[in-house]
Amino acid sequence: MKMVKTTLAIVTTAAVLGVSGFAQAGATLDAVKKKGFVQCGVSDGLPGFSFTDAKGAYKGIDVDVCHAVAAAVFGDASKVKFSPLTAKERFTALQSGEIDVLSRNTTWTSSRDAGMGLVFAGVTYYDGQGFLVNKKLGVNSAKELDGATVCIQAGTTTELNLSDYFRTNGMKYTPITYDTSDESAKSLEAGRCDVLTSDQSQLYAQRIKLAQPDEYVVLPEVISKEPLGPAVRRGDEEWFSIVKWSLFAMLNAEELGVTSKNVDEMAKTPKSPDIGRLLGIDGEYGKDLKLPKDWAVQIIKQVGNYGEVFERNVGAESNLKIKRGLNALWNQGGIQYAPPVR
Amino acid sequence: MSNTTHTFKPSLPPPTLNVGVIGWLRTNLFSSVGNTLLTLVALYLIWLVVPPIFNWAFLQADWAGATRADCTAEGACWVFVKERFGQFMYGFYPAELRWRVDLTAVLAVVGAAPLFFDRFKHKARYGIALLVAYPVIAFWLLYGGFGLQVVPSSAWGGLMLTIVIAAVGIAGALPLGILLALGRRSSLPAIKVICVTTIEFWRGVPLITVLFLSSVMLPLFLPEGLSLDKLLRAVVMVVIFEAAYIAEVVRGGMQAIPKGQYEAAAAMGLGYWRTMGLVILPQALKLVIPGIVNTFIALFKDTSLVIIIGLFDFLNSIKRATADPAWLGMSTEGYVFAALVYWVFCFAMSSYSAHLERKLNTGHTR
Repeated sequence: MKMVKTTLAIVTTAAVLGVSGFAQAGATLDAVKKKGFVQCGVSDGLPGFSFTDAKGAYKGIDVDVCHAVAAAVFGDASKVKFSPLTAKERFTALQSGEIDVLSRNTTWTSSRDAGMGLVFAGVTYYDGQGFLVNKKLGVNSAKELDGATVCIQAGTTTELNLSDYFRTNGMKYTPITYDTSDESAKSLEAGRCDVLTSDQSQLYAQRIKLAQPDEYVVLPEVISKEPLGPAVRRGDEEWFSIVKWSLFAMLNAEELGVTSKNVDEMAKTPKSPDIGRLLGIDGEYGKDLKLPKDWAVQIIKQVGNYGEVFERNVGAESNLKIKRGLNALWNQGGIQYAPPVR
Repeated sequence: MSNTTHTFKPSLPPPTLNVGVIGWLRTNLFSSVGNTLLTLVALYLIWLVVPPIFNWAFLQADWAGATRADCTAEGACWVFVKERFGQFMYGFYPAELRWRVDLTAVLAVVGAAPLFFDRFKHKARYGIALLVAYPVIAFWLLYGGFGLQVVPSSAWGGLMLTIVIAAVGIAGALPLGILLALGRRSSLPAIKVICVTTIEFWRGVPLITVLFLSSVMLPLFLPEGLSLDKLLRAVVMVVIFEAAYIAEVVRGGMQAIPKGQYEAAAAMGLGYWRTMGLVILPQALKLVIPGIVNTFIALFKDTSLVIIIGLFDFLNSIKRATADPAWLGMSTEGYVFAALVYWVFCFAMSSYSAHLERKLNTGHTR
């Protein structure tokens, strides 16, 4: 019985490998429209990026990207289904077609972009590895950390970045590695280490976990580049463009001052030609993307512009209180920049 | 010589130092210098550990409120567990449909109750009918269809998911394991080789690898768009994996049955299946109840490994709830609650197995 099953499996596998190829252009959009929702891969729990509230609803920046894509395609941001994925599962889930978009705090790197059958559509959050220290240490810069004991969350890039940084600056350190963020936070609190290192977005979450968050401070230095963004399957440019421009629409909206509150008004009487083009009043820019005319209006109305999404999930309106920093718009001191709709 | 009747004096009570609380203390805790020392050290350790835990968990804990701002006391903040209790129990199962989960659980208890009454006569027939009917009803109630709103398995979660995986795992692994054990002791070479290979293969890989394989490798081999249900994949893997363990436990029991039993069965003219079903297995299974229950308890706890494939079982639901920025820093409370619930379930299983052993004891002990 077992043998028969195994043989069967091998035969099926061979047959499947024979017929399945890379995604066809346009295939994803058609499939998504047919099934009536966007299947979106998110994290299984990361403060501010993807988590569930008391009612069981998904929240976070990564989650809102998915809502934006649904709003653009269907005019209804709620037409999303979420697949919570672990870090190891995420690429397979995208490659195998289980999900349409991977929006799971994934760092955009060359090997992932070119070597894994997927392609990144943009950057939702410019992250980077940083340090959290007790104010009592009197340290104001990471350069003063010579000889420190450092708590690290296990994860190769974090450890590698740390060792690179200390070696480059000719400093010594003692690493203590932990598996979970809870352990490392507790360890910092108990004084087993002087400084805790992780991605900056997570350091703010770690800080809240401490009994006296105000006694700890995130140092200004960022020692690695971690641009996080949504990815789609390689080979379907049409779907790629839709995800990319859903993100750009939110950025453009913020730049042009269009918010979820004033978007209806703006759509009636656009204040500038740029706004008119973005909101589909002038021209047929939605058509190029194979989207409805009011695609951007729906995104902004139902999800919000980038600034609103940021503040709501990780910024001033959330418990994390992360400052915009690199994630401010290009004309406000940051590097978030979107090509124009034209 | 006068005949005097000797009246015994009533026996004196034993020295007060040898009976009652003091006697017990003297014999058990302070019988020698070494024991006295150990007792004192143990008392000191208890004094060191228990009061702070008690303080944290009860005296200084927060019980009332609805948000993190209500966590004002020094100790635990059970408000978190209270607020997320529904999610811990049912995952994303729609709140208005949770009665279906409750009903499934109630049906299981009510349905199985007659089997625990010794006076109920048709146990075998009733048991088999229950085994056939209940899974169908349970699946219908949990999943839906035929008039009930469909709740996809991606919405299942919490303790309910843990129990579903464990229950299906136990119900599937036991029969499959017994068959594998029979096959391994079979005299037919083909069957024997297949069973030995299966058992050794599945026992040779860690469950976490198997789950990982089911979730990461399998989808690559399936055609695009076709995706087997994630929960189904995990459950099938758990069943096969645990069956291999059960098979070895059962085989151990069968080897303990004296050869005379086989010969006696053969002399009675019983064929293979009747020998096994009427003579060998009833004795063998009774012998290995502790081993089987041990495997089941391990299985129940192993279900938490589905965390690696992003299924939201009880433990993962708690982990995810701690990622909510509104409740950061509540992981200790969450995990203590998880440990308590796991303990209750596992202890119930082991107590039941102890009861079963006593009831079925026909004097194999020497």
